Amino acid sequence: MTRTRKPGISRRSTLALMGAGAVTFATPWVARAQAKTIKVGMPTILSGRVAQLGTSSRNGVMLEVEKVNAAGGLAGRQIEMVIRDSKGQPQEAARVARELVNTDGCELLIDAEASSGAFAVHEVARDLGVLCIHTNSETSSLTADPKQHIPNGFRTARQGVHDSIVGGSYAAAIAKAKGLKRWATCSPDYAYGRDTTGEYVTYLKRFAPDVEIISESWPKLFQPDYTEVVTKILQAKPQALYSCLWGGDLTSYIDQANIYALFAQMEVFAVNMADYTALTVVKNLPKGIHSGNRYIKTYPATAENAAWGDAYKAKYNEYPTNWSWENATAIMLLAEASKKANSADGKKLAEALRGLKIKSPFGADGTVTMRAEDQTLIGYAIGWGTTIPQEPYVPEVKAGDWKTILELEAEWKKSKGYT
Amino acid sequence: MDLDTLTGCLASSACLVTQTTSGFIIGMLLFLVAVGLTLIFGVLKVVNFSHGAFYMFGAYFAMTAYQLTGSFALAMLCGAAGTALLGLIFERVFMSRVYGRDVLMQVLVCYAFVLIFDDVVRMIWGPEFKSMGMPAAFQIPPLFIAGGVVPPYYLLLISVALVAAIILGLGLARTRIGKVIRAAAHNPGMVSALGINTGLIYGGVFALGGMLAGLAGALAAPVRSLTPGMGFSVLIESFIVTVIGGMGSILGALIGALLIGMIRSFGSLGFPLFTEGLMYLFMVIVLVSRPTGLFGKEVA
Repeated sequence: MTRTRKPGISRRSTLALMGAGAVTFATPWVARAQAKTIKVGMPTILSGRVAQLGTSSRNGVMLEVEKVNAAGGLAGRQIEMVIRDSKGQPQEAARVARELVNTDGCELLIDAEASSGAFAVHEVARDLGVLCIHTNSETSSLTADPKQHIPNGFRTARQGVHDSIVGGSYAAAIAKAKGLKRWATCSPDYAYGRDTTGEYVTYLKRFAPDVEIISESWPKLFQPDYTEVVTKILQAKPQALYSCLWGGDLTSYIDQANIYALFAQMEVFAVNMADYTALTVVKNLPKGIHSGNRYIKTYPATAENAAWGDAYKAKYNEYPTNWSWENATAIMLLAEASKKANSADGKKLAEALRGLKIKSPFGADGTVTMRAEDQTLIGYAIGWGTTIPQEPYVPEVKAGDWKTILELEAEWKKSKGYT
Repeated sequence: MDLDTLTGCLASSACLVTQTTSGFIIGMLLFLVAVGLTLIFGVLKVVNFSHGAFYMFGAYFAMTAYQLTGSFALAMLCGAAGTALLGLIFERVFMSRVYGRDVLMQVLVCYAFVLIFDDVVRMIWGPEFKSMGMPAAFQIPPLFIAGGVVPPYYLLLISVALVAAIILGLGLARTRIGKVIRAAAHNPGMVSALGINTGLIYGGVFALGGMLAGLAGALAAPVRSLTPGMGFSVLIESFIVTVIGGMGSILGALIGALLIGMIRSFGSLGFPLFTEGLMYLFMVIVLVSRPTGLFGKEVA
């Protein structure tokens, strides 16, 4: 995921992080398997305010690892996951990643860090040459920027720019149909919030040129109270509001905006709403919030996806998150690559991964592809819809069109000087 | 800077009403937390860094009580009473051992409990965020006063906090217990020599401070998400309030909290990128011009 902290954080957020994140040294979480195993290291965030990122990533991985091991493992070798807590600190993520390879003898890395940590782990992978799959960082430049490119670095997470293209075109269609010209934004004040909002607005204006942004709010990450932001937006009287607040911040915001009846006064587009972490927590979810899909078992509306979501729920007693599917996909791809290469060797796996297309419950057309040129995932299900307060929460999702996404992505890369 | 929006707002009654109530909501919740902090410092001479934890426990207690009973009043009561009890136990068992010790020792004990309390919450309620949900009685459309939007729940919230402020202020100023507490703050040795159990007073004050923070947490629970560590951000703002108002002054805490509320509320219109900065800037100005805070007294 791209939910990272901006460098140079304030004293408050440092203290908040210290308070929430400081825990005792966690002992490594090792899934024991039989001999002749292949160890796969996984640094992730298992403590602190976003511990859910790590636990649901781990769950996603373990669900698939069990299947792969039951089917004979990676080219005959059983997978043994070695999962360690980075506490959400980039330097710790890098240290843990290095230790996993050098001391614990891990031959592959699943980097389930948020973006800040992912870039740090990426440098470790560059240095050690070990095959590394980034599963949570959505920051586009991680794979789009040729300076970041290494032959052994892959990503199975969705990508920020894809979300912005789909979100922007979806919003523009509604803006045109309903005449929504005056927009406000409200997003968390750090790299993810700023970048995502910027890209979204760019594409919204591209598809609907007469849209203007009349009010911007940038509440702090983990701000407890949004009252002044809510009332500020009410004063500006926009016709539509975009937000990429997420998790507890989004649910707080909804609860506080609800009692001002904000949702009745404007169309609300919240990209991170349609994730079970937020959907199941909000008690009075307003009807009709537009949201991008994160993970939802009804989209894609296939038996495979529903079965996967149910299997996860049966095993862990909660629904998967966006991070769960992204991590599960890494294991699915590794399994297929090892069959194709008939080996569990990192270099051969990397070769097999490039351009590999596999069947997937999370694919827009039932498949996902590891694009060869920049080694990032494409073809995953991506779309927008509106919420209802009970299951299935987002009854109808309008799918994004991958042809358009890829065209505009290529154009975006060019404009950034990446190609 | 967006001064046009700010002046436009000041000229419109609708905007003025909305933003002023918004400032009151932020301010009054902050007051409840800050006043406990300032009270404990005034009497016990301890900076209670773990105070935010009581706010957190208040919210979690209220949520659990609400889920079990469905009664909002009972939820508020549980939030306040539960944290009062917790404050009493915490003071008697742990804090009472570090009075008069090196300030670093006190900070260390408090900080240790910040971590312990956060982990306790994580063990009992889980690491993921929770939401209590707005009671049905308050799921009603907002009121429109002079064109401004005022949610009914926030009127209740402000009233409860105001009542708490008045009871506290009068209680300390007019009652015998209040006099004893003030005396204990001034000269604990003498109070003890007069045959009054100072330990009981200390415990009581800590419980009272904890209760007020717990009440703030309980009142905030329907509109804010609950997570382990949620007390920390509130604690930092409470420190700003006590620094502005003056350590140990209840009136100072009230004025300081309301000032912060108004700065946030109107600052977000006029200085959207500098709202946080405004709070700190204001604190610096107060510190430079009146180092003891607006209502703080010179230490004798």
